[in-house]
Amino acid sequence: MSESVTFRFEVDGSDFTSAGQASVLVKKHLRQLGIDPEIIRRVSIAMYEGEINMVIHAGGGEAFVTVSEEDITILLSDKGPGIADIDKAMQEGYSTATDNVRSLGFGAGMGLPNMKRYTDSMDIKSEVGVGTDITMKVNLI
Amino acid sequence: MMTVAKLCEVANLCTIVCPEPEREIKGAYCGDLLSWVMGRAKSSDVWITIMSNINILAVASLADVACVLLSEGVKPDEELVKTAEQKGINILASDKTSFELAKLIGALI
Repeated sequence: MSESVTFRFEVDGSDFTSAGQASVLVKKHLRQLGIDPEIIRRVSIAMYEGEINMVIHAGGGEAFVTVSEEDITILLSDKGPGIADIDKAMQEGYSTATDNVRSLGFGAGMGLPNMKRYTDSMDIKSEVGVGTDITMKVNLI
Repeated sequence: MMTVAKLCEVANLCTIVCPEPEREIKGAYCGDLLSWVMGRAKSSDVWITIMSNINILAVASLADVACVLLSEGVKPDEELVKTAEQKGINILASDKTSFELAKLIGALI
């Protein structure tokens, strides 16, 4: 692979049952590119967590996945309410999700920690009332 | 090698849908909080859970578990079964508790 490839996805914020479609597509694309299965697993789980966050909190958003020779970069961008306290949001078990979301098995406060766990770097830029951009990288070499 | 089909037979589990019967089983994970499962379950685990909403299929697929095992008599709805079949995800079920199932699987693998 000499050039980088970018996939763009729209995350539908209204439908909980379709959440995960972008991540499953990413998984398929990466498999076609011949990426190592454990890397694919890490990228697609990190992306699914981000996707779920966008559905729960932000009313949807956009996701970009770029594959280069060195790494895979996932950019998640939304125009949701923003994260008021990023340090708190990064704590395992901290969640602002509603009871309805929790009854589906989400809202365990593990989303952002999992995204960090499964990627080699993660950067959160968020402004309350404006939106959130999260960039994650998984190294390929 | 323990496979999904073999586990089903030996442990007397109910097959809900099994599009990948020869999938190898290497371990098991119990959990109902989806992010927790994605953070901790390993590839080729049996995922034992009482959760049966449609989102478990994305979790099972992304975490790459060998099968979902619905415990405590939980019954899946029609949509779940149909989608699991399309996506190639194995779903088993049992009336036993999650603990009893984990114990059983632990003794078999």
